Amino acid sequence: MSGAGLAGDERSDVDAIDRTPVPDADVCVVGAGPAGALVADRLAGDRDVVILDAGPRFDPADRLARQERAIRPSYGRPDVWDVGGERDAHESAGDRYYPLNHARVKGVGGSTLHWQGMVMRLHEDDFNSGSERGVGPDWPIDYADLRPYYAAAERELGVAGASDNPYAPPREEPHPMPPFEPSYSDSLFAEACESLGIDMHSVPNARNSEPYEGRSPCVGYGTCQPVCPSGAKYDATVHVERAEERGATVIDRAPVERLEHDGDDRVTAAVYATPDGERHRQTADAFVVAAGGVETPRLLLLSASDRYPDGLANGSGHVGEFFMDHLFAGAGGTLDEPTRQNHVGFYTSACDQFYDEADESRAPFKLEFFNYAGPSPVESALSGDDWGDPLRDRLRSEYGNHVAMGGLVEQRPDADSRVTLAGDRTDDRGNPVPRIEWTVGDRALDTIERANEIQVSILEELGADVEWVAGPDATGPAYHHMGTTRMSDDPDRGVVDADCRTHDLGNCWIASSSVFPTSGAMNPTLTIAALALRVADGVEARLSRGT
Amino acid sequence: MELTRRDAAAALAALGASGGVALGARVAADRSRDGDPGEDPEADGTASDDETVRETLTAVASVVYPSDLAGVDAFVETFLAGRLDDSAHAAGVRETVAELNHLANSWHGAPVADLDAADRDRLLREVGADAADEDPDGTTAERVRYYVVNELLLALYASPTGGELVGIENPQGHPGGAESYQRGPP
Repeated sequence: MSGAGLAGDERSDVDAIDRTPVPDADVCVVGAGPAGALVADRLAGDRDVVILDAGPRFDPADRLARQERAIRPSYGRPDVWDVGGERDAHESAGDRYYPLNHARVKGVGGSTLHWQGMVMRLHEDDFNSGSERGVGPDWPIDYADLRPYYAAAERELGVAGASDNPYAPPREEPHPMPPFEPSYSDSLFAEACESLGIDMHSVPNARNSEPYEGRSPCVGYGTCQPVCPSGAKYDATVHVERAEERGATVIDRAPVERLEHDGDDRVTAAVYATPDGERHRQTADAFVVAAGGVETPRLLLLSASDRYPDGLANGSGHVGEFFMDHLFAGAGGTLDEPTRQNHVGFYTSACDQFYDEADESRAPFKLEFFNYAGPSPVESALSGDDWGDPLRDRLRSEYGNHVAMGGLVEQRPDADSRVTLAGDRTDDRGNPVPRIEWTVGDRALDTIERANEIQVSILEELGADVEWVAGPDATGPAYHHMGTTRMSDDPDRGVVDADCRTHDLGNCWIASSSVFPTSGAMNPTLTIAALALRVADGVEARLSRGT
Repeated sequence: MELTRRDAAAALAALGASGGVALGARVAADRSRDGDPGEDPEADGTASDDETVRETLTAVASVVYPSDLAGVDAFVETFLAGRLDDSAHAAGVRETVAELNHLANSWHGAPVADLDAADRDRLLREVGADAADEDPDGTTAERVRYYVVNELLLALYASPTGGELVGIENPQGHPGGAESYQRGPP
């Protein structure tokens, strides 16, 4: 075994790997997170695909050591997957601090390595927020356009779920796996919710409730977020590896610094750095930028040229604008009976009952019933100033009767909430770092209060002593980066069109939550995956037509 | 309540055993290559041999583990048999144990394993391991907390019996299945 301090150092591999460009590539994908991985997998086999990622290829054998980091207090969240340092430097400005390096992982698999794995479809009205709720633009596509891709994405990721949610959008087939059974604490919440007329239902998990495509079912490590040692939780290494088996090439530790273009408004090359200090040019017929909601606009802005002085694909001027995240609303307390928390790191019941009451003043929001309220004894044991019998007694008294609820709230798109390039701070390669100005409007803050009211009413009905409320003053981001290269049919109002192809460059697509014109309040990854599969079809169609 | 070798195996399954992370061996090997080939940390006293590590951690466990636990010695020995490999982490354990024993000899006239339980407890507090935050690269107190005290507490409370001791039979870090969360209290 190596202890927690050893994970993540793949130095001995660095020099042995060929990181030179792939000749005659059809498609270059920037980013090996879920979007890039799915695009690459879908196109590999028929096309020569190369994937460039800024971070390393993590060794699966290190996952227990990363789990130890997640438990030990000496390590912060970014340490678990080696985020931070000059490579990941950034600036935060605006109304609220944005903890970017807590919110992402760089490397093969991307942020699915540390995500919780909750995968809901957006609601139908989320695609028509402007016309249905009077907030933001409508998407140029509807739920019906994405519906088959949602089903395909659920099969690709492996989703455990049930069709018991009366508020979910229509679906055509059962989830690929049966749902996780409700938790014991869900049964306690159910009584309180029934008394209040509040509906509970299951929640879809990108986590195996049974063996799925060669991957393990969940074995209950309880550290899903930020690391699943068993591989039961989906992460994008699944599709990266499959793409490689089908002929794709992955180049890790290869941050793309800019995209080059010709005079015909086509991207010609991705210029990337390698650990030996060299720079390379990866040419391809088509480019798919899948670098997430922060690095995607940063790359476009870093690619400014004489022809595109404000950044590539930025004819609209909107690259980097409308940065959104979901806002957390929560409440918790204790009961006078056992609640059996912290056996698993995911939740099994939710409430979407209030989601579609959204309008101009009320944002959509969803509620979650936690299975991990209160302290985890093993984590708590490592942080006290006691040991022996006093520690045992403290752990017994701390653990066992906590309950908590969470929730996510939509953030209205606001041009002043944005990602730009820092004026005078650069990363380890001398490129300006991302500067995040995150602002949150009153609609979201008021909705957090509304979510808190419901949460507290449920907890009180349950008989809990409510000990904390994460309201407007204590809210934080859910680490879902969205909106910074928004989708629109109108080139003046968006960066990409309805096919996620940039308006300005005919052979460049963006596969990311950065294309979301509005965010809804559902975790974004299933929608990212569905859009990525749709992008892959679009790229293939264009390549087939030779355009 | 009795700790068993199954608990030790479970702790290793949660935290990793020798061979599970080849990377660790590489890093340790790199460290070894970078150093003076003539250096032997055991010979020069900066690292303890594995028998001393076992004796010391077993002695410390009798202080930091609850008094109503049986089977502690076998648990610690089995855990360390998997844990003390050629990784940098294991090297950190050996070095910190040597440092702790050096302090024990200086302040109490005997190594940790030869002190009575009250003096072991006093030594750990004199070192500052009770109040320190763990840090593998920190002060002596922080390293003793990381490599000695928390190494033992992590092994115990990530095991089924350790978890059960405080009310959770499937503690975080232990792959105890996806059923226990559904069950009500026993």
